[in-house]
Amino acid sequence: MADSKANSGRLLDIRNLRIEATVYPPGEAPKTITLVHDVSLTLEKGKVLGLIGESGAGKSTIGLSSMGYGRGGVRITGGEVILNGRDILKGGREGLRKLRGREVCYVAQSAAAAFNPAHRLMDQVVEATLLHGTATRAEAEKRAVALFRKLSLPNPETIGERFPHQVSGGQLQRVMTAMALCSEPDLIVFDEPTTALDVTTQIDVLAAIKDAIRDTHVAALYITHDLAVVAQVADEIMVLRHGRLVEWGGTRQIIKEPRQEYTNALVSVHEIEHNEQQPGTTPMLSVKNVTAAYGGGLVKVLKNVSVDIHPGQTLAVVGESGSGKSTLARAITGLLPPEQGSVFFDGRTLGNRLSDRPKEDLRQLQMIYQMADVAMNPRQTVGTIIGRPLEFYFGMRGRERDKRVAELLDQIEMGKGFIDRYPAELSGGQKQRVCIARSLAAKPKLIICDEVTSALDPLVAHGILKLLLNLQQIEKVAYLFITHDLATVKSIADSIAVMYRGEVVRYGSKSKVLAPPFDAYTDLLLSSVPEMEIGWLEKAIAGRRMESAGN
Amino acid sequence: MSSPVVKLVAQRVALGILLLLAVSVLIFAGTQILPGDVAQAILGQSATPESLANLREQLGLNQPAYIRYFHWLGGVLTGDLGTAMSSGQDIATSIKERLWNTLFLAFWAAIVAIPLAITLGLIAVRYRNGWVDKMISGVALASTSFPEFFIGYLLVFYFAVQHQWFPAISTVYAGMSLGERLQAIALPAAALTLVVLAHMMRMTRAAILNVMQSAYVETAELKGLSAFAVIRKHAFPNAIAPIINVVMLNLAYLVVGVVVVEVIFVYPGMGQYLVDHVTKRDVPVVQAVGLIFAAVYIALNIIADIAAIVANPRLRHPK
Repeated sequence: MADSKANSGRLLDIRNLRIEATVYPPGEAPKTITLVHDVSLTLEKGKVLGLIGESGAGKSTIGLSSMGYGRGGVRITGGEVILNGRDILKGGREGLRKLRGREVCYVAQSAAAAFNPAHRLMDQVVEATLLHGTATRAEAEKRAVALFRKLSLPNPETIGERFPHQVSGGQLQRVMTAMALCSEPDLIVFDEPTTALDVTTQIDVLAAIKDAIRDTHVAALYITHDLAVVAQVADEIMVLRHGRLVEWGGTRQIIKEPRQEYTNALVSVHEIEHNEQQPGTTPMLSVKNVTAAYGGGLVKVLKNVSVDIHPGQTLAVVGESGSGKSTLARAITGLLPPEQGSVFFDGRTLGNRLSDRPKEDLRQLQMIYQMADVAMNPRQTVGTIIGRPLEFYFGMRGRERDKRVAELLDQIEMGKGFIDRYPAELSGGQKQRVCIARSLAAKPKLIICDEVTSALDPLVAHGILKLLLNLQQIEKVAYLFITHDLATVKSIADSIAVMYRGEVVRYGSKSKVLAPPFDAYTDLLLSSVPEMEIGWLEKAIAGRRMESAGN
Repeated sequence: MSSPVVKLVAQRVALGILLLLAVSVLIFAGTQILPGDVAQAILGQSATPESLANLREQLGLNQPAYIRYFHWLGGVLTGDLGTAMSSGQDIATSIKERLWNTLFLAFWAAIVAIPLAITLGLIAVRYRNGWVDKMISGVALASTSFPEFFIGYLLVFYFAVQHQWFPAISTVYAGMSLGERLQAIALPAAALTLVVLAHMMRMTRAAILNVMQSAYVETAELKGLSAFAVIRKHAFPNAIAPIINVVMLNLAYLVVGVVVVEVIFVYPGMGQYLVDHVTKRDVPVVQAVGLIFAAVYIALNIIADIAAIVANPRLRHPK
């Protein structure tokens, strides 16, 4: 084959890939949709190609096609996938089984779900190696231990004896990387390997993956929606949208000189203009020395927490998972009555329990959640969902209610046409907008936003944040904004509380909290946020003062 | 074994004992509420009031019910199940041999039925929604839908009458070799297997299909494992708890639900014994058999619970 000789350094060559799936919309005939439209890419041995785009862009689908795998009912219906000089789509089922786990390995987004809970880690790590007969068990285990050490896992000699639930999420993600490297493949597909991790853990895992790729000379497809992350590991970046190629180029070119408007939008996503407001004299809601616990006082999740929220302003609460952010929201809303301390609202004490609070207090505090789709009744229309608080709090009926619903839909930049739609017919961003409208319908003084943009693509999240800021100006509503994303905090907060293991470690106006000198934890948190800059990762690791909580 | 497992197991066992005590109260109360008088039943129509009173005194029937209950319970705990009224024989001695026969039949039916049901379930998952899956489900459901006496007589007609491979009547007696015994119980064991097969097979299939959507199943597929290896190694261990539960329910059925099959094949087991003595209104025997059936049922369910606990790596290997 003259062609393959000419490209002897070429590992993967995908040509005009077309991927389709059959969908079954309720009440309609099944139809075929195209997920990937004639995408081509090539990857040299030992290089890393980043695939980036929002959900539905076809990133994972393309990544898995290098293993000839289609999730669910997804089918590869056109094009060629040439790996090591042969079209793997022509090798049949047996041919695919032989290359999976040997030539190409996969690292999934959630290692916690991707490891079998019933087997020890070591058995799973060496399984592919033994299956394909590339090493004996003793050799494979030795290799695995060496990889555990390289990925700086604690107790590399013995961690393999553990079960998945006995190891933290960040560590599991590294064990999964070791599992992929163990059979010494030519190519690894990393499918959002750090997206499910806390920001301080993400940086460790990212550094471990980068080192492992460099030392083993394995090639990689690195799939993510976070351009700043992929800029740290990739040699080249391919931007995808709606299953089509947008732009493909070197990492520096993509992040510094994007040629397409869409890429430019991705690069500049976090910039939102917001002038910090100074706190007034009297806070609207204050949390005073609140301590709260689960399990009848056994597990203390909030320790002596005090924060204030001023009318029409935004308090951002930041911290990693398990730091007590959401528990703070539960204590304020009365879902989890505090053991000690109280919550004051408009100069009076709020009842500790939800059942102690009058309807008027309930109306004043509304919530928006991370998962918009499970926060709405799937069998109610948008009109019913938004109309419900109008009926419940204000007794509105009929035309009056419908008129108000239409106004609210207008405010969230969705037209009247959505009144009769069901949640399943909306996109993720639209669902979150409906949830915002539902909370606004109660005309509250405070809305608690619990990770409201975390499940959304960056551009959609950007739109939601802008909407929230606009609404704040019009309605003078205050926000308690819970998030783990510091970029969000920078764009919308007036004051910030940093939480760590149930305590507020830093609290004040945004400009004060984000100005040095920092305490060790805030420093770690701030320095762990990926920046869109080549070489940021190495600088950040070198400059750290404190180990992340995941270790 | 680590402490949470020990604690959970101890809890289940304690609960089981409590439950069994409650059942014993129910059984005792139930037989007291039944109309009719034991003394009258023994002496029949010709009894004089004097002889009735004497017998009542002799049987302790004049004492209050709770005293008789504790008397009975004390006897049960020391292995004395009382005397059968109809024959005057010691119940414990007659039951021992019959219980052994019933367990023997249940054991061999289970030995065939459980591996067969699970294997068929695995195969059905492997070829899910294809013709193999549909055929397995169809045949298994059909065999369960037929009443057991129908299956029993069908087996007798074909294998005993037409071909004479196995006896139509499963007589067993002391001194038979294992081979002879197995040949004698072949037909009832087959009938029982056909009855319980579908339930276990369907549950195995459903439980495994439930975990086939998991990310770790995809991981296994992407390692290049064959479809059957994925199901057996990665899906099955995580579906084990519901499967054990349904297996134990069916095992319990094999012991306590064999009445019809035992009667058809005239097999000298517990079911046959129970039916005989119900017709004779022999209350002490009915009580004893009822209690043993309840004990078997509760014990198997405890075993199912414990097995499900032990099968969970999170409980076996705490953080």
